[in-house]
Amino acid sequence: MSQTTLPPVEKTQPVSSPGGAISDRSRAERKLGWLLAGPAFVVMLLVTAYPILQAVYYSLFSYRLTDPENRSFNGLANYWVVLTDPLWWQSVFITLLITVITVAVELVLGFALALVMVKALRNIRPVVRAAILIPYAVITVVSAFAWQFAFNITTGFVNSWFAWLPGVESTTDWFGGTGTSLFVICLAEIWKTTPFISLLLLAGLAQVPEVLQEAAKVDGATRWQRLWKVTIPNMKAAIMVALLFRTLDAFRVFDSIYIMTAGANGTESVSFLAYRQTIARVEIGLGSAVSVLLFLAVVLIAFLFIKGFKVDLAQARGER
Amino acid sequence: MASTLAACGGGGESATPVLNWYINPDSGGQATIAERCSEESGGAYRIAVSILPRESSAQREQLVRRLAANDASIDLISLDPPYIPEFAQAGFLAPVPEDLAERVTEGVVQSSIEGATWDEELVTVPFWANTQLLWYRKSVAEAAGLDMTQPVTWEQIVEAAQATDTIVSAQGRRAESLTVWFNALIESAGGSVIAENSTDPDQIQLGLTDEPGQRAAEVMALVADSGVVGSAFSTSSEDTSATQFESEDGGFMVNWPFVWSRALSAVEAGTLDASVPDDYGWTLYPRVDEDTPSAPPYGGINLGVGAFSDDVDLAYEATECITSDENQAEYMITNGNPASSVAVYDDPEVQEAFPMADTIRESLEAAAPRPQTPYYSEVSGGLQREYHPPSSASDETGQRAQELIGAVLRGEQLL
Repeated sequence: MSQTTLPPVEKTQPVSSPGGAISDRSRAERKLGWLLAGPAFVVMLLVTAYPILQAVYYSLFSYRLTDPENRSFNGLANYWVVLTDPLWWQSVFITLLITVITVAVELVLGFALALVMVKALRNIRPVVRAAILIPYAVITVVSAFAWQFAFNITTGFVNSWFAWLPGVESTTDWFGGTGTSLFVICLAEIWKTTPFISLLLLAGLAQVPEVLQEAAKVDGATRWQRLWKVTIPNMKAAIMVALLFRTLDAFRVFDSIYIMTAGANGTESVSFLAYRQTIARVEIGLGSAVSVLLFLAVVLIAFLFIKGFKVDLAQARGER
Repeated sequence: MASTLAACGGGGESATPVLNWYINPDSGGQATIAERCSEESGGAYRIAVSILPRESSAQREQLVRRLAANDASIDLISLDPPYIPEFAQAGFLAPVPEDLAERVTEGVVQSSIEGATWDEELVTVPFWANTQLLWYRKSVAEAAGLDMTQPVTWEQIVEAAQATDTIVSAQGRRAESLTVWFNALIESAGGSVIAENSTDPDQIQLGLTDEPGQRAAEVMALVADSGVVGSAFSTSSEDTSATQFESEDGGFMVNWPFVWSRALSAVEAGTLDASVPDDYGWTLYPRVDEDTPSAPPYGGINLGVGAFSDDVDLAYEATECITSDENQAEYMITNGNPASSVAVYDDPEVQEAFPMADTIRESLEAAAPRPQTPYYSEVSGGLQREYHPPSSASDETGQRAQELIGAVLRGEQLL
């Protein structure tokens, strides 16, 4: 479905203007722009760029926090240790698995919830919206504990409530195996962040022009056809933003794993690995190398999303 | 920092130096001791407590980060013994004055002194000492015909539980408690996790592939595969064990003495029948081999003084007050944490509150500390990775763990 836009207008240079130079007005505008964005830019540099650069710097050293005297430069050796360790690749695999499963389920569920919110009767809409958003307001550690208690073999209710399901018994130890542990971890993640995706998709739904829907209706398109041919193509930018944010988020999964299994049964994620080297082992050099690799993975994901979706973010913001 | 805090304290106390005591969470006992010692000091100091996270590994993480940044606000620290070598080696602990070292080790159980020592020097002040006992249901032992007045082995316990269809509770979760169990097994078999110690990580020699290491893995797998450990053994913690033992399937359990106060409070709260703790029996930790005495786990808390504190002398003065016999006795009675001072166990009130006081003291005298090394996190983490789940322990596990921990210590592998 294509959008009708006016053909681009070619600007003509004023005859008096010297070629290539910018006018006083646009220079002033540019200056104002920097003044307005400057403070935020400086804060960003301080709180993000500085720690990232420091991590990159530390990752080149053999550096243990409790033994600062023996800090020594060892080039890329830390990266070599990380990249040749099967544990790293296992963690990458587990992280990707959790990311793919949770984001896929969340997208479908989130879209359904967004449709419910947009179609709900006007007077119950605020209630529906609030109810859907509650899980997102819960702190991740708290939600992880809640799910852990629910599935715990001694304190949990899941085993007794769902004993009628095949594979669930009163003695099912959910956190005793890789598959079942990952299942609960994914479930907790999905419960917690589906509202986030549905909120972003709701904003996208609201942007789909009603005239297009009506035109399609007049042409005899069914509900299903309108969903696939009108609604979804028109909210591509919103879907991309939702997917991108959630994928980046899911790739950094930590809290649920830390609370539920503490990395047992091969459920370590990349973030957990970084935590263990940096915080538990206080091997700042090695841990920083893991963190830098995690950062690069996140950058790669963002890059692939933006290229893959071929969406102009400026367009998504309605600037063009 | 201290003066700022004192100023915040308000009133006429602004001239009194404030000692910040970082404590592990308890039932309020350390805060009470802090208040009492502040009063007794006659204005020489005032102790303010700050509570650390619940897990001992998380306590260490926070303290290491703060001390690595030369945090002067840390005057007194409640330290879990396995982390003491790391703190001492890194220079995080102020040296113990010689005369004080003599006084605070007098009449203290041996394992507690060992746990407070690094490189043949006392680096912390022994406060309270913990040890695991073998708890059993008298009715179950009787039904199984097991004579509990004699030392028993793990094999005997498992057989008795199988015969009576009851549960043997131990800690199979991938956590510090697994290291506690494994260390007790290897020490009971006459070996050690670290065969040859060193401050250089490359030089540390492990003893996991030696005969005692193999025996430890064997017993671990024997218990885990016995079919009498309950359905979630690989996630079982000290609390899970206590719950199992309180249930009607409870048979035998290795655990810290807190399970006694826990059962009594449950009776008081009406959630447990009074006949249950009446049925509790206790004895020394089970043996690995019939003719070798067991080496029970040792735990507890020692007091360290922060190296960057502005009031090192005052802080050491305070440790003497905190660890006085009276305070240890009261702490034991109110919070259930066993004293490190031998004399406390003769206190009639302690004897009344803890009918097993003599067994605890005996167990403490025989207890073996966990591997003492500045690289404890690596050693313990490596053990947990390889020996979990406990049912997977085999005669190859020792070799694998030894290779992993060695590579991690040399900085060649992640953990």
